[in-house]
Amino acid sequence: MLKYIRYDLQIIGNFIKPNSKVLDLGCGDGTLLEYLKLTKNVIPYGVEISEKGIEKCIEKGVPVFQGDIDEGLLDYKNNSFDYVILSQTLQVTKKPYKVLMEMLRVGKKCIVSFPNFGYLTIRLYLLFKGRMPKVKFLPYNWYDTPNIHHLTIQDFYIFCKENNIRILKKVFLNFSLKKNKIIKFLPNIFAQYGIFMITKNNK
Amino acid sequence: MKNGSVGIVKTRYYTFGFPPNELKLESGEKLGPITLAYETYGKLNKNKTNAILILHALSGDAHAAGYHKSTDRKPGWWDIMIGPGKAFDTNKYFIICSNVIGGCKGSTGPNSINPKTGKPYGLNFPIITIKDMVNAQKHLIDYLGIKKLLSLAGGSMGGMQVLQWTVSYPEMCHSAIPIATAPYLSAQAIAFDEVGRQAIISDPNWRNGNYYNTDKIPARGLAIARMIGHITYLSEESMHRKFGRKLQDKEKYSYKFLTEFQVESYLHHQGDSFVKRFDANSYLYITKAMDYFDISQGYKSLTDAFKRVKSKFLVISFSSDWLFPPSQSRVIVNALRNNLKEVSYVEIKSSYGHDAFLLEAKHLTRLIKKFLNTVSKEI
Repeated sequence: MLKYIRYDLQIIGNFIKPNSKVLDLGCGDGTLLEYLKLTKNVIPYGVEISEKGIEKCIEKGVPVFQGDIDEGLLDYKNNSFDYVILSQTLQVTKKPYKVLMEMLRVGKKCIVSFPNFGYLTIRLYLLFKGRMPKVKFLPYNWYDTPNIHHLTIQDFYIFCKENNIRILKKVFLNFSLKKNKIIKFLPNIFAQYGIFMITKNNK
Repeated sequence: MKNGSVGIVKTRYYTFGFPPNELKLESGEKLGPITLAYETYGKLNKNKTNAILILHALSGDAHAAGYHKSTDRKPGWWDIMIGPGKAFDTNKYFIICSNVIGGCKGSTGPNSINPKTGKPYGLNFPIITIKDMVNAQKHLIDYLGIKKLLSLAGGSMGGMQVLQWTVSYPEMCHSAIPIATAPYLSAQAIAFDEVGRQAIISDPNWRNGNYYNTDKIPARGLAIARMIGHITYLSEESMHRKFGRKLQDKEKYSYKFLTEFQVESYLHHQGDSFVKRFDANSYLYITKAMDYFDISQGYKSLTDAFKRVKSKFLVISFSSDWLFPPSQSRVIVNALRNNLKEVSYVEIKSSYGHDAFLLEAKHLTRLIKKFLNTVSKEI
């Protein structure tokens, strides 16, 4: 039943306690939620804008809500989810600040993952080519990229500090490494992705 | 037979509620005996786990798919959705559709004979509600020997019945597909209903509902009611596309009170053809039933109303529907989600307005097929 699931999604899965209530923003085809349902027995809810994604979720039996996360989570009550996940979607949103604040309002804990624009290859690309970086994990041209709000791991730290957001867990990944993909040393330079678990709650 | 028709079908009738076992209505009155007209398509499986109940809208009837005679010009009202290989695949599922009480298409309604007087009920027919319609259908489903419906689906007032079923008989509804509907009828929709009713009531031929044994029916009033209704089923965009400002059979304005524009002619046609197939009193009773609909009635809140439902939901709305707008469907979804129910919500982009639920077959089919496939594995 369970197929291979992307490594970063496995890590997000490891963050989540069994039987919890999980909202996945921009859940795509529902792969992560299906995985969490099967492995952690969570109560899954997805939000997705694309019709294709919605249909895939319905096929998988993952409850999904067609909506635009940029328009906010007004329909959701404070702290109504144990976890709100935003996987590889932050950089695509029009209003990342609003989306993050809404997530933190709705979720007791939030998991955010994003590509790190401070990654070495990207730095070198810009430095030596003088062009907008187009690399394997960010393969778009400047004019057709869905990623409109790039950030670095360092940016995210500062954002959390400025907004009184507590970082509960963090994992940094580099998919180009063959064995251990987890980066511990200078992640803002050597990691392609950052995954953070954050909260605004004081408990 | 792929994507085909269910072919020639026959309306059946089930009668129950003989005194002293009449159906108790929400108003406190009793109604009986009650006949329900219904049709079925496909085969009920051995364990009776593949039954789907289709609920019709205001002017619908039991004839949802196929043809009554080979010479029929039009098939049943949801033929695009029901049949071999279609969304409600009759190769897999057993589809049931019944005409609501209060209707005029074979089920007991104001034009039926009142057994106490031997004459048509007219306004002596009791006021009915969506809940009463559902309670009547429950008798039919029991009679068919079905303990649990695989799914229930319907648009508009049909969607209201879907919601009511899941609340009234949670154990009997494995899944539910309310389409283009609302948890309660909005003030705006009640307003349109009232204008329609006033058009009928103001027609001198209506005679307080006692027109059945006269040679005149309140055709004018009913036609106007239908014209108003029809405007609310379309959207500004769909009307613009269909008619624009095109003139009817002429090149120039006539500067007279004649049918000038195509849209006028279309509405007249809709009104006139409706009169031939629908009873004015039924229109009064059914719109009233819709007005009274509020699924949260008797509960602390909408969320409270859905507390005990056991169905998995697929809620569908249409972007240009202003009679039952997407925001009202989202209210349903939120209330269900507050109860941790399994609910999916899709807003289909369509320019057809409220009528989209009868027209957007491709979109609906893709979604409903997948949904039914998933839920049928679990029952």
